[in-house]
Amino acid sequence: MKVTIEVNGRSTVEEVEDRTLLVHYLRDTLGLTATNVGCDTTSCGACTVLLDGESVKSCTVLAAQADGHRVTTVEGLTGEGGELHPVQRAFSNQHGLQCGFCTPGMIMASVSILAENPKPTRQEVREALEGNLCRCTGYHNIVSAVMEASGQEVDG
Amino acid sequence: MSVMGTRVVRIEDHKLITSGGSYVDDLREPELTGAVHAMFVRSPIAHARIGSIDVSAAREAPGVVGVFTADDLDIAFAPGPTGEPWLARDRVRYVGEPVALVLTEHPYQLADVAELVDIDYDPLDAVIDLDDALSGRTLLFDGTDSNVAGGKAKPFDEKLFDDCEVVVTRTITNQRVAPAPLEVRGAACAWGEDGRLTMWLSTQNAQIARDILAGGLGVDPGTVRVIAPDVGGGFGAKIGADPEAVVLGWASRRVGRPVRWFETRSENLTAMTHGRGQRHTVTIGGRRDGTVLAYRLEVVQDAGAYPRAGAGMLPGFTRLMAPGVYRIPRVEVATRSVLTNTTPIAAYRGAGRPEATAAIERAMDLFAAEIGMDPAEVRRINFIRPEEFPYTTPSGASYDTGEYAKALDAVLSAGGYAELRAEQARRREAGDVVVLGLGIAAYVEITAGDGMGESGRVDVNPDGTVTAYTGSSPHGQGLHTSLAMLLSDQFGVPMDKITIRHGDTDEVPKAVGTFASRSLQLGGSVLKQAGDQVIERAKEIAANLLEASPDDVELNVDQGAWQVRGAPSGGTVTWAQVAAAAGEDGLSADVWYGDVQPTFPFGAHLAVVEVDTLTGKAVLRRIIAVDDAGPVVNPVTFQGQRHGGLAQGVAQALLEEMSYDADGNPTTATLADYPFITATELPDFELVDMATPTTRNPLGVKGIGEAATIGSTPAVQNAVVDALAHLGVRHIEMPATPQRVWQAINDAREGR
Ligand code: FES
Ligand code: FES
Repeated sequence: MKVTIEVNGRSTVEEVEDRTLLVHYLRDTLGLTATNVGCDTTSCGACTVLLDGESVKSCTVLAAQADGHRVTTVEGLTGEGGELHPVQRAFSNQHGLQCGFCTPGMIMASVSILAENPKPTRQEVREALEGNLCRCTGYHNIVSAVMEASGQEVDG
Repeated sequence: MSVMGTRVVRIEDHKLITSGGSYVDDLREPELTGAVHAMFVRSPIAHARIGSIDVSAAREAPGVVGVFTADDLDIAFAPGPTGEPWLARDRVRYVGEPVALVLTEHPYQLADVAELVDIDYDPLDAVIDLDDALSGRTLLFDGTDSNVAGGKAKPFDEKLFDDCEVVVTRTITNQRVAPAPLEVRGAACAWGEDGRLTMWLSTQNAQIARDILAGGLGVDPGTVRVIAPDVGGGFGAKIGADPEAVVLGWASRRVGRPVRWFETRSENLTAMTHGRGQRHTVTIGGRRDGTVLAYRLEVVQDAGAYPRAGAGMLPGFTRLMAPGVYRIPRVEVATRSVLTNTTPIAAYRGAGRPEATAAIERAMDLFAAEIGMDPAEVRRINFIRPEEFPYTTPSGASYDTGEYAKALDAVLSAGGYAELRAEQARRREAGDVVVLGLGIAAYVEITAGDGMGESGRVDVNPDGTVTAYTGSSPHGQGLHTSLAMLLSDQFGVPMDKITIRHGDTDEVPKAVGTFASRSLQLGGSVLKQAGDQVIERAKEIAANLLEASPDDVELNVDQGAWQVRGAPSGGTVTWAQVAAAAGEDGLSADVWYGDVQPTFPFGAHLAVVEVDTLTGKAVLRRIIAVDDAGPVVNPVTFQGQRHGGLAQGVAQALLEEMSYDADGNPTTATLADYPFITATELPDFELVDMATPTTRNPLGVKGIGEAATIGSTPAVQNAVVDALAHLGVRHIEMPATPQRVWQAINDAREGR
């Protein structure tokens, strides 16, 4: 089938197999490999992207379901001139990433958290990130990154 | 000004936060064009003879490029009766063991084809329970007379506890857990027209992987190039190369096409090695004044189905580190590892040392409870004192430096121990449903305990930039930043003019890589030595250019330039000029650091938990940690390592366990079932700094990768037990799930 999906502000039109998952559409069809796959049970959130501005696990969405919609991945967060999104910058400043495998998903989940709750507490950030797993950081610095990006005191 | 010890944001980050890392499944290298996709068909049964394998239907399926079984493999596997085959031949020994390999054109075809491989299994009794395994009633391997893969039950000294007023003994399980790096295992490979195999592998050690592949494939190591791209976490479970990698290299040669493989998470949880998996019987004895006189540790290590690191290395480290931070006059340790029909056990963050610490720290609490003394006090009485270092333990470790009491006092005061004890008493008195528990662990561990060396090479390029090649193989630790900081400091070259390279066996042919918290102390020390050699050589060249004697020139590290000593106005020469004048061979030093002396990081953790006595739910409220690994190069990544370690340690204490039913079916084989720790189950971490240097390497540093994991597990476990101590609870097994905790409360109330 043919799908038309706006990805990071660019319209993409591709012929795909019906069962193609959005994450594979991004990674294999478009070559946008930042979005990762970490599980097969919708548990880890490594594949988190924004679909019409809301975070979804792209391993659990068919490309067909995104037909006619807008998708943002971490590749689309950086500005034209290469300037980092505040959440990207905060992840680096606060050392909210180590191996980086969870990071694209974490960053997209964090963007979505802040869109819904611009001034969260540390505890609220933890709760909102429950569906995003990280094996490296112990989450402390990820929470700090979201706090920094929200313009609040990092220590809450 | 020196950057050492200052907070430097990682140079690794930019790519990872903008376009994402280049993990193995992300690679779009030209050599991989037209690659076929691979999936292993794995045993669904823990123990069975393979009757027959019918691949005819699978071979006919659309998109199939190849279906292979052990009969197709023309490469020899590990010799000996317990040798692990590349693919199971006539018998399977754990759920998840690879039996066949399927290659298809499209990844979506893999699962369909794998289904069509028809394997006839003739089930055997599954050996899951350790006592059952030890009994040898069912043997895993023909031609053996026992399932014991290493060690023996030592005859113990019957008099060991003779002079003790108090002796406590208990059997404790240090449960099996899944390393679960967020990136599962993956590989991509291609044979070139030059007859060489290139494999991109998610590994911690490209060079070890190369040697395993070459050995397995029966080719010269020079024929194989392994490249570790970005690696999404390893935690010990990606050391070297697993058997799958050898089969993939073989299959690529066989079908004449590039092959790529990226396992599923469910495969990862059953077929990547697990960690821990020990049963301890601890016996501790001493006087009522708190002095511990004797300690005995009997370890039964579950090795899983094939003898990997679980057979010898893990229990070996547990034995070595058994007495922990204490000056115990008499220590006896016996270890046995035994094969079971479960996933093989190997290294996982700490690899044998967390187990040793968990045992002794639980034993100290049992002893403290028995004599009615505060656990902090008992520890203080028995600590090895600072003036006793270097200290050789009865188990044969030579500890370098330590300030154990200082570390404990630091966490107790930072945590407000006295106030917390008062709050605990208040809640108990008031009969609160939610009680408070305080858990202490003091630990010492061994890093770079492998005794192997490391390589490092430093080049100053003609444009004055520096390129360093390290044998270490970071995969999240931020070592590029730390090494660039070291070199920047040494050469006076800004960090953005320094490039660190690692993980390509053609660039770095000889190396060991990353495990055992070895990378900064070995990879960093060798680069320092290479840097010193480069500077020695540069001094002569600079002297020539400055028309001075080498003894009179010096490197001005603030400016990154050479000058005549004490006469900075007399002209300088830059690194670029020196490198340009270095002649044909360039300005370079390549060093092998062979004089590896292990170091012994230590620390103390205080955990504060709340336990709901109605539901049994234990929640970690605070964890306060000293993790002393000597001087810190970059506090950013140093703290990051501690955070990650804390989380994994807490996970073992409260949540995570890889479990099997009696038939050997894994019951936690997906991330929906395996209780991988999340952000909501952890508090903010409270880190207290201490830095006691070692004399055993030029940088004075010890390893930090595993330390916090080692302290946090027993601290949290002890806290859960402590919360219920007033009810008479003395021990709760890990993970301290609500069910276990509730059961312990109930048993205590019923006087059981
Ligand atoms: S890949 Fe794990 S939730 Fe999507
Ligand atoms: S940074 Fe490695 S999984 Fe999050």
